[in-house]
Amino acid sequence: MIRIDCPFCGLRDHSEFTYEGDATVQYPALDAPMEDWYEAVFLRENPRGPHREFWRHVGGCGSFLEVVRDTVTHEITEVKLAHPGMAAATGKAAAKTTEKATGGSE
Amino acid sequence: MSGFRLSRGGRIDRAKRLAFEWDGSQHYGYQGDTLASALLANGERILGRSFKYHRPRGVMSAGVEESGALVHLWRGARRIPNAKATQVELIQGLEAFGQNAWPNVRIDVGAVNSLMGRFFGAGFYYKTFMGVLGRQTWEWMFFEKIIRRAAGMGSASKEPDPDHYEIVNDHCDVAVIGSGPAGLAAAETAAQAGLDVVLIEQDFALGGSLLSNVADTVEGDTVEDWQAGRLAGLSSKGGRVWNRTTAFGLYDHGVVGCLERVTDHMVDPHHAIPRERMRILRARRVIMATGALERPIAFGDNDRPGVMLGHAVRTYAERFGVAAGRRIVYAACNDEAYDDAASVAEKGLEVTLLDPREVVPDHLAAMADEAGVRLLKGYVPVEAHGRRGVTGLMIGRHLGGGKARSEREIGCDTIAVSGGWNPAVHLLSHRGVRPVWSDRHLAFLPGDAGREPIHVAGSAAGVPDTEGAALSGRAVAEAALRALGKGGAKSRKAPAACPAGETQPIYEVRVKAPKLKSFVDPQNDVTADDVRLAEREGYVSVEHLKRYTTLGMSTDQGKIGNVIGMALMAEATGKTIPETGTTTFRPPYTPISMGAVAGTERGTHWRPTRRTPMHAAHEKLGGKFVDAGAWKRSWYYPKTGENLTTASMREARIVRDTVGMVDVSTLGKIQVQGPDAAEFLNRVYSNAFAKLPVGKARYGLMLRVDGVVFDDGTTWRLSETEFFMTTTTANAGPVMLHLANLLQTWWPDLRVHISSVSDHWGGVAVAGPKARDVLMDAFEGIDFADQAFPFMGVREGMLKVAGGGTVPARVARLSFSGERAWEVFCPADYCPAMWETLLRKVQAAGGVPYGLEALDILRVEKGHVTARELDGRTTATDCALGGMESKKKSYIGSVLKEREHLTRRDRPTLVGLRPVTEGEQMKAGSILCAQGEVVGDGLGWVSSIADSPVMGERIGLGFVRGGLTQWDGKTILAESPVDGKSVEVKVVSPHFFDPDGGRMHG
Ligand SMILES: [Zn+2]
Repeated sequence: MIRIDCPFCGLRDHSEFTYEGDATVQYPALDAPMEDWYEAVFLRENPRGPHREFWRHVGGCGSFLEVVRDTVTHEITEVKLAHPGMAAATGKAAAKTTEKATGGSE
Repeated sequence: MSGFRLSRGGRIDRAKRLAFEWDGSQHYGYQGDTLASALLANGERILGRSFKYHRPRGVMSAGVEESGALVHLWRGARRIPNAKATQVELIQGLEAFGQNAWPNVRIDVGAVNSLMGRFFGAGFYYKTFMGVLGRQTWEWMFFEKIIRRAAGMGSASKEPDPDHYEIVNDHCDVAVIGSGPAGLAAAETAAQAGLDVVLIEQDFALGGSLLSNVADTVEGDTVEDWQAGRLAGLSSKGGRVWNRTTAFGLYDHGVVGCLERVTDHMVDPHHAIPRERMRILRARRVIMATGALERPIAFGDNDRPGVMLGHAVRTYAERFGVAAGRRIVYAACNDEAYDDAASVAEKGLEVTLLDPREVVPDHLAAMADEAGVRLLKGYVPVEAHGRRGVTGLMIGRHLGGGKARSEREIGCDTIAVSGGWNPAVHLLSHRGVRPVWSDRHLAFLPGDAGREPIHVAGSAAGVPDTEGAALSGRAVAEAALRALGKGGAKSRKAPAACPAGETQPIYEVRVKAPKLKSFVDPQNDVTADDVRLAEREGYVSVEHLKRYTTLGMSTDQGKIGNVIGMALMAEATGKTIPETGTTTFRPPYTPISMGAVAGTERGTHWRPTRRTPMHAAHEKLGGKFVDAGAWKRSWYYPKTGENLTTASMREARIVRDTVGMVDVSTLGKIQVQGPDAAEFLNRVYSNAFAKLPVGKARYGLMLRVDGVVFDDGTTWRLSETEFFMTTTTANAGPVMLHLANLLQTWWPDLRVHISSVSDHWGGVAVAGPKARDVLMDAFEGIDFADQAFPFMGVREGMLKVAGGGTVPARVARLSFSGERAWEVFCPADYCPAMWETLLRKVQAAGGVPYGLEALDILRVEKGHVTARELDGRTTATDCALGGMESKKKSYIGSVLKEREHLTRRDRPTLVGLRPVTEGEQMKAGSILCAQGEVVGDGLGWVSSIADSPVMGERIGLGFVRGGLTQWDGKTILAESPVDGKSVEVKVVSPHFFDPDGGRMHG
């Protein structure tokens, strides 16, 4: 069970969140060419290691969060609100690192 | 009879004698016993029958690794199979039974399997029954049933579990797993530094290895005083101690899965107390002080009752005051066994110790001599004698590397085996940290935990001596403190992993002849020969070895056999053990009950039940409900003698004749507000919304980004900046998610706010030729005259409720039924009053309430689509809705809906279907085929059916390749391969009734 530090709600369990996909995808303009849409909708990287992705705090504030998660270890190194205006408003736009993930072992 | 109760000693309360039942006869034990220790004390030897060969088995260990004494507990609904007698706390009245045997474990007819041992070797099932014989699936299934009956474990009760369970969410700074010397020292150290500590112990007694090392001293204190001191230091700082609790798994981010056995040790627990409690513990740091597990040595018939692990024999003597036998042979290849043998000999038992070395270090020889242990140097165990229990041991001269020459039999009733110690690295393995082989320990040690918040202490970390373990516990606790920013104080360095003595690399003893049956994993009846057979057949990877032989698959999950199995595979392939592989352990560490996993989420608590605000009114009318997702939707309101079909047809007919009303509260409802709301909806819907006037509603069709239809519904413009959107019942959540995603991640610049108001508003649709009459005088401030309230108009006003007063309402003139109709929504709390008020008026006009079934009939008659048609595969054009889509704007899905495959002319498109022969009834889901071409997936499918009162027959909607253009008026077949039914149907327009819409506009 991974735990995500929501900028609104604090450190919460996996079960409160839903995964909402790759945050690195740039969706094109609505009238962009078919090729651009094809690429955005159907093509995905499958990285081993850090991955920038969206999680929605559906069992909490409802926010979409941009999370950097290691796909091998589940280590989370960054959490911020996906909406830039809301991120700025909460003053937590900068990279936020959870204590769990960085504690390190002796 | 061989085991007996020693006259003194043991951490049992001899003043508390407990009666219990074993296979129908009464026995006695003491408070503090396990079922295994009590059975041993009563001289019981055969406690189980093995998995495949039904060989007699007795107690093999004193803990979680038990592979012999697997028993049933209790009777009836509370029957528990595969309980390890070594872990069952003895209580007054306990009922225990042998399992996997008939009529009982002492006389077992199934033992004939052991005569067929050569047929039951590794991979036998697959090769024989799936290979030569089992070419047909039915053959495999036939044989499998027989095999499953012959080979097996215990059987669970088929009755519902009468107990209840709960799940508790918990938190702490440091979770310490294991209450031996390392765990106690670590827990106290962390608690004294001001941290919130939980000490977790699977046993009912605290102390771990200290329980069987009563004569030791720790940090200058006696064991008992030292243990009491650490616990006092822990509890004085508020530390929690959870005994009878297994930390069965370590998960991401410091989450520890714990299972607490709450009532199993209580004779008559209060019914309100859960039997077990799943504790999901979120720990900032985890300290594993999980100890080590002894492993045996494989030799001939090493599974006979009376063959036990060496340290277990000592544990029974010291902790339980029970002698496993009178004449005990220690067959060991490590120095630690000397201490165990000496301790057992000091209880007055006859002990012989076999050491494979010709030359033994002086201090060990002296220890044996002092304790009266007869030491046989240069010997190894070859074969246990005694079919129903050990009567002797053939010993052999050790020739090196486990090879031996049989020499003579020595008489004994117990063989105490010690092949070395495996640190219990399981929990770290759950985190994906691979264990590392140590040539000094001849065992896997925990690997580097990396960035996991986990520390390992004591014998789990390869520091087995008591003093070292305590120091190790303190040192890792200080490391945990530093990681939590509580460092600063001088901290100790953890002692390096160092074995307590030498271990000889002997995993199996072999002689030239005879051929021995040597068990590697006794619980699954896997022998040393099975491992070699697997190697010869190419299953050399440990993962393949496991699946081919079932080594390590049983309830002990390889705790006894994994390392030996790997050592034998390494030898067979000419590799080293680390080259052969490492073991991967997965949760749970020991079996957990399904009841605890479910907790309280069973029955109706599995998920919420959603009732509309008018649910009670439907019940009062005798309405029936149907489950739609979590919703209970009103389905039909039967009169005496009516069933679903006749009631729903009557309701539908009355709607067309006069008027009806239906609860539509389950529709998703979303409030869309903000200056850019119209622009937002214009991008989201495929039809135009930007210019929708205030006071008007519009049917909207939403596509997914890939161009397939997502959802439909109506959206009402309440003001310049406010819209009220409805979605289908099933898509209320997904649409909300979709819109939130777009606003938060795609178009954060749009000034739009959305709120789900599905639960805040309830609604009814009033439909039928007399709908206007019903509503005309019902509201203050709403005029229902045709010109004043045209089709798709939206009004807000006050509903005058029966009995006086008014309630706020939103009304739109919409029609799903094809009749003149309005949807009326009220805040949820006012809905019962709204229902009551409107129902009186409807009934006065000769109308009725109708349910989902009649609603479905009415919409099929009109060719209106629902989720049955919008099934995630169809485009708007497929559903004859293509004309609605705007060609002047771009919207979600507008680009990808033009993909080649989605625009092919031969896609199945929406049609109506009528039976050719009067009275014939097609089924929903039938495959539509051209006559004479009943092959493959045919031309399409039947998506919906309805027994239509206005058409006087069963009609259907479906999708056909080529659609109406190609098939209008032609006859095709609706094939139902499930029951072999075939119905001739004519393809017609999907708009069966009132195709020009005169009734709803009029
Ligand atoms: Zn949140």
